[in-house]
Amino acid sequence: MARQEDTIEPVERMDGHELAEVSPQHPMDRLLRRDRLPHIWCAGCGLGTALNCFLSALIQSGLEPDKVAVVSGIGCSGRTAGYVAMDSFHTTHGRAIPFATGLKLANPALKVVVFSGDGDLIAIGGNHFIHAARRNMDLTVICVNNFIYGMTGGQLAPTTPTEARTSTSPAGNRDHPFNLAYLAAASGAAYVARWTTLHVRRLQRSICEALLKPGFSFVEIISPCPTLYGRWNKQKTALDQMAFYKDKSIIQHGADPRTADIGLTGQIIVGKFVDIQKPSYLELQKA
Amino acid sequence: MTDREPLHGEYFISGDEACAEAALSAGCRFFAGYPITPATEIAERMAERMPDVGGTYIQMEDELASMNAVLGAAWGGTKAMTATSGPGFSLMMENLGLGIMTETPCVVVNVQRGGPSTGLPTLVGQADMMQARWGSHGSYEIIALCPSSPQEFFDLTIGAFNLSEKYRTPVLIMADEAVGHMTERVVIPAAESLTLFPRRKPTVPPDQYLPFAGDGDGVPAMACAGEGYHVHVTGLTHDERGYPATSTAVAQEKLIRRLIAKIRDNRADIIRVEGDGLEDAEVIVVAYGITARIALWPIEMARREGIRVGWLKLVTVWPFAEDLIRALAKRTNAFVVPEINYGQIALEVERCAAGNAHTILVPHAGGDVHEPDVILNAIRKAAR
Repeated sequence: MARQEDTIEPVERMDGHELAEVSPQHPMDRLLRRDRLPHIWCAGCGLGTALNCFLSALIQSGLEPDKVAVVSGIGCSGRTAGYVAMDSFHTTHGRAIPFATGLKLANPALKVVVFSGDGDLIAIGGNHFIHAARRNMDLTVICVNNFIYGMTGGQLAPTTPTEARTSTSPAGNRDHPFNLAYLAAASGAAYVARWTTLHVRRLQRSICEALLKPGFSFVEIISPCPTLYGRWNKQKTALDQMAFYKDKSIIQHGADPRTADIGLTGQIIVGKFVDIQKPSYLELQKA
Repeated sequence: MTDREPLHGEYFISGDEACAEAALSAGCRFFAGYPITPATEIAERMAERMPDVGGTYIQMEDELASMNAVLGAAWGGTKAMTATSGPGFSLMMENLGLGIMTETPCVVVNVQRGGPSTGLPTLVGQADMMQARWGSHGSYEIIALCPSSPQEFFDLTIGAFNLSEKYRTPVLIMADEAVGHMTERVVIPAAESLTLFPRRKPTVPPDQYLPFAGDGDGVPAMACAGEGYHVHVTGLTHDERGYPATSTAVAQEKLIRRLIAKIRDNRADIIRVEGDGLEDAEVIVVAYGITARIALWPIEMARREGIRVGWLKLVTVWPFAEDLIRALAKRTNAFVVPEINYGQIALEVERCAAGNAHTILVPHAGGDVHEPDVILNAIRKAAR
């Protein structure tokens, strides 16, 4: 695996737009749109960690950032596309995957990464998700799962654990949630991993593997939303949520994703669940 | 078929097939779609022919996905198209708006059938004309073309790609089932004889490139993914850099005004009509699509009765030929507007006539074309 040297020049824009005051020495500067910082995410949100792990993994992968495109949908996670200094697309709610599909097929030399949230990818975009996995479409999908709709103020998501309280399930959720790892695996993904934002090194390694995997690779990132999920569910601070991950996470590589349901208080099985060889969409087209 | 390039010569093919061939001739190399009557033949032709020209056909899971894949492919650097009918057109409205907001060149074909809802899958309608104009939320201008024959379906598909590149916007072809399924002689010109509008590419280095600044004529150059420009493209209201600018009304006013002006200010270039006998007409039949052809016979009959009838065919329906209708209204008595719906374009004609001439709608709920006598009677009534 190629590693890029960490000799990083600060990014400067020459179009006269003022840069926010951010240290020009930060190692991720060349991969971030510094003129868009600071970001909109709340203190304690896991998205900064998720983005950092993605960019670190991208450097580790040796992929050329000029040939990487990031596609997001709508929501807090969907804002990620707006912060990366690569070709980046902030599409409509739920539609990042089909947009990314067109982008990839029009220019197969691109590495196309979908970076979005659980509500976006799995509720309104759920149909696109399962079909892209079925096709083994050559995309890496990173789903930040905070169990809630953050951008709109903390409503019930298809991932919200049963009994969890949200602004639209104030007496506790009476729905069954999706198990995203199981959904991805059952739909045909070639690579499926799940980590929490506590597991930064393992998460970074998994994203790197996913980026280099032909076909549909999926990384779920369990991520704190203290502002909206935590305070409704007895995890008032990000530290409470991280402590919960620390207590409840069990690393089980190769675990059957069917067993990896996530409840309100139970264990969180993390690890690499699927890493199989099967022809990707583009490989089948060439055959 | 083994041709490794677009066809050239004379063919006896349907409107749907002519549309697909025209897209290939125009350089379209990506088609995403979902089967739907009466547009399925376009997808089938594309599935067969795209490999011949080194392009990509993909059948998506629905029309939401098809529209998005087309937008993604356009940003990947290709010309891209999808084709559908009413129910799928409804699903495409969401991301037609994304295409307009992100100034993404592409072509969307609606082979109209009877509606609402599932309606008449195999039979003709023209009832999506206002949906074409206003179906996605927000303020915008749209370009929509209406063919009356397979040959014109071919020609307008080429034209639609050119307009989409010239004005960097999705362009609609509002065909109908009758034209889509009609089989006629279609002449496909040699590739070198076609005039194709190339994609507007930036001429400045990335650090000087403003991807959403209206360069001179209001239409920005388009750097695609992988070209080193690190574009950011969002459906949010954005500034010239493409960055979200959602906290005040200033950027909204600037962006939306430009998106509208780039179409509105170029109506003379975009709008095409055909006319006959308009100079001294006491009655003018205004029609589009299959109905413009159906109107020819009753117009001929009325002329034999001594009525001075003009024929105005709207090739471009959106933007609407309002200056022309305004001018004609001052020297004619009445407009007769047959259309296979219960009054859509007739409303526009009436608006532009502004009381200077009567507007007589000849409605039809769909499932068939107008009986010529119905149009003839409307002409007689208008002439009284």
